[in-house]
Amino acid sequence: MLIYALLGLPLIASALVLVLHDRPNLRDGQALFIGLITAGCAIQLYAAPHSETVTLFSLAAGLDVSFTPEPLGKLFALVAGVLWPVATLYTIGYMRGAGEKNHTRFMFFYAIAIHAAMGIALSGNLLTLFVFYEILTFSTYPLVTHKGTPEAVQAGRIYLGILVASSVILLLFGVIGVWVLTGTLDFQSGGILAGHIDPFYVPFLLGLFAFGIGKAALMPLHRWLPAAMVAPTPVSALLHAVAVVKAGVFTVLKVAVYVFGIDFLRETGSSDWLVWVASFSILAASIVAMTKTNLKARLAYSTISQLGYIVLGAALATSLAASGAAVHIAAHAAGKITLFFCAGAIYVAHHLTDIKDMNGLGRVMPVTYTAFAFGALSIIGVPPLAGAWSKIMLMGGALDNGHVLVLGVLMVSSLLNLVYLGEIVLRGFFAKPTHGLKSDDVQEAPLSMLLPLCLTAAMSLALFFAIDMFILDFGG
Amino acid sequence: MMQHLPVLQVLLPLLGAPLAALLRGRDMAWGLALLLTGAAFLISAILFGLQYSAGEALIYDLGGWPAPLGIVYVIDAASALVLPVVSGLAFVATIAARRLVEAEIDARDHALFYAAWLLTIAGMLGQITTGDAFNIFVFLEISSLSAYALVAMGAGRDRRALPAAFNYLILGTVGATFYVIGLGLLYMLTGTLNLTDLAERLAEVESTRASFTALAFIALGLFLKMALFPLHFWLVPAYAHAPSAVSALMAATATKVSVYVLIRLMFGVFGVEFNGLADAIGLLILTLGIAGAFAGTLAAIIETDLKKLFAQSSIAQLGYMAIGIGAMSMTGLAAAFIHLFNHALMKGALFLAIGAIAAQVGRASMQTIEGAGRQIPITMTAILVGGLALIGVPLTAGFISKVYLVRALLEQNFWLLAALTFISSALALAYVWKIIEAAWLKERPKGAPVLVETPVHYVPAWLMVLATIGFGIFAGPLVDAAYAAAAVFIGGAR
Repeated sequence: MLIYALLGLPLIASALVLVLHDRPNLRDGQALFIGLITAGCAIQLYAAPHSETVTLFSLAAGLDVSFTPEPLGKLFALVAGVLWPVATLYTIGYMRGAGEKNHTRFMFFYAIAIHAAMGIALSGNLLTLFVFYEILTFSTYPLVTHKGTPEAVQAGRIYLGILVASSVILLLFGVIGVWVLTGTLDFQSGGILAGHIDPFYVPFLLGLFAFGIGKAALMPLHRWLPAAMVAPTPVSALLHAVAVVKAGVFTVLKVAVYVFGIDFLRETGSSDWLVWVASFSILAASIVAMTKTNLKARLAYSTISQLGYIVLGAALATSLAASGAAVHIAAHAAGKITLFFCAGAIYVAHHLTDIKDMNGLGRVMPVTYTAFAFGALSIIGVPPLAGAWSKIMLMGGALDNGHVLVLGVLMVSSLLNLVYLGEIVLRGFFAKPTHGLKSDDVQEAPLSMLLPLCLTAAMSLALFFAIDMFILDFGG
Repeated sequence: MMQHLPVLQVLLPLLGAPLAALLRGRDMAWGLALLLTGAAFLISAILFGLQYSAGEALIYDLGGWPAPLGIVYVIDAASALVLPVVSGLAFVATIAARRLVEAEIDARDHALFYAAWLLTIAGMLGQITTGDAFNIFVFLEISSLSAYALVAMGAGRDRRALPAAFNYLILGTVGATFYVIGLGLLYMLTGTLNLTDLAERLAEVESTRASFTALAFIALGLFLKMALFPLHFWLVPAYAHAPSAVSALMAATATKVSVYVLIRLMFGVFGVEFNGLADAIGLLILTLGIAGAFAGTLAAIIETDLKKLFAQSSIAQLGYMAIGIGAMSMTGLAAAFIHLFNHALMKGALFLAIGAIAAQVGRASMQTIEGAGRQIPITMTAILVGGLALIGVPLTAGFISKVYLVRALLEQNFWLLAALTFISSALALAYVWKIIEAAWLKERPKGAPVLVETPVHYVPAWLMVLATIGFGIFAGPLVDAAYAAAAVFIGGAR
């Protein structure tokens, strides 16, 4: 029942958006309302002990579209479900504040994207996952190209080109390969591949998934994410926190745990190469982030780096590391959505996009900047904020598996995060103002934007203390 | 009555053709064509049901003469699957034809147009049903000759239709001649033309060079007729300059029938075990198939005329069918049948939608559809869905085709070929998205003609679009039917 609700509610919301297209307040209000119900359902599902498999329909023999909520999927559904109404509230404020056009189309595809994210989260087999993965790609394309400018069209090409090509060439190859090898596509705890494949080929198959899931933005398949920054900020929030990249790393983690099986990966050493690729992605993206002065571009590269953590957790192939990666999905979502909400608030209130122009802005927008500091500290991994836990768990997992060098990677990464995120906060609060506003004029964004970003900042804090609820046991 | 159905669905359009030529008056000939193609579709649907419930081939002895003396019509799992594809597409194309023909062809020629239209359909249905190798040649010529005439009728508004039809005629005749030379050799070796009989007697002469030569001639002739790369150059101009209704009918059906005949002869007569078939012809088909997939896709990417663009895409899609055949396995053959079916739906949808635009502005090109997404959203959405299906996006029929095709390749350990197939299908995104960007992300230029759409324009295309989605979501029965069809030619478990 909850499965149908989580999948169906966003669809109902999208249909109502179309029906109510000429009554903006009602249209947006119902999306918010349905979002809240969805969040409630996601929480209830997360709390439920276990759920059965639901088969919606069958494409052909062996190709079922079915849903099996397992702990990892429930966690992703929770993240997407809870952040959706928050993001909707923010979207309402942003779209009106920034004077964007075509609200109906925007709200429609936003809800479809949530539907797709739910489908990915609850998918019971690789086919279902692939189907919703593609729905997510195509439903977010109109959001990325929303402005319709030549840059937006160009960004849309990169977005669609990389995501579709990688999924159609590599991911689908992997999916059908698993089908031919094992005769099944179902996710099972402990994995399905052991005994069906010569261990020599496992790293290659893993590569098909690691790079085929372009949404995980593992370098060198990350270009679409910075390109998509031309879209309105609520889209960035959707891409970076609620659905898209989270769907990517979630898929990597889910495939590692339920298709390969972390024991199988560890015993065959098949994922060692991915540890180093992910480590490279973490460090290289952080270094690129430092060179960017456009706030959203810097945050985009920060995301690429942070996604590396989750892929790393899957590649380390220990229960602790995988669990740390799962925690990081939630922790990074709360932290990064706060940062993007703040970036959007700065744009709507003062039309600033470049970090160099934001000196002293913290004194004009104290609430926004305080929330930003919370989000930044969580991403850096400072207690008592959520990001601290995932980093500790990943470090523990690395030690379990004897990858001592990974400890160094994580520490250096934290330092780099501190530099490029800390700079923004420090400039905001302490640098001499360059924005031309009197420092005692408090000028915040509208309340409908301020409220969500305070809420998500509070989530980062709350997650730290409620961490017990988010540690999943993957055995092994 | 029921036992005459196998011959009736060929006979009705065949006998209707001269009648249509005599009919005068508004829409009379069209009405007759609609009636007869509708009847043929109904009959083929009934035959599918009959064959399915019987579980074995239905044999019809023409004139009461049993095989091998007389000619037999055979409705087995394979012909029962392909018949409704052709007759169904013919029916939908006929529905759309009324409007398209009115816009594109001189009113005095309508009766003759529908006469040729019915003849080409009768010829295709005949090739599918007959169990006699020479009868196949006869029907092949019936459908081809009338198709040349249909293409040439595009000359009324586009003179390039004439050289296109002439090229088509020359190459089509070469192909048919190759086929009949091969057939002559077979007749010389075995003294029979009945397909079942041929298959039995060929075993005795398997090691002779003449039998392999016959295979080579027949295969080559059919490669030409099915437009397998690099023998495809007749196809693009023929589809592009033909009247829009003819483009839709031919793109969806004509080459498929040749694919079917190739399968029937290669596997049904010579057999997978046949000396040299798997190594020589099989390898050749695989190579040409993947080469065609790339050649067609890349040519489509740089094409700006929409009819030519999708004709090039057809070359690529025929390449995929060829790959399925070349895999020489149960799954491969099933994948070829699945794609034959699905591709007919997608290309039918696309050419009907493009025809609706071409009939209004003379030529559907990247330029004439700029900004069309807001003026004719329903038609353009049909093109969007058809395009997504060509890429192989999940929940469209194209996805099912691709999954089974790649599965067939991986089962045979052709993983490099599987990778190439994926790459070429991803490249399809480039030409599909070119259209989407032009239609939706560009403004309609000032002074561009206003496009309109009424149900007359989009209903036929949308019938096909709905089928594309329907068979993409509930593909189970199709997959079963395709495996049953493959089982006619290849033994072995699923």
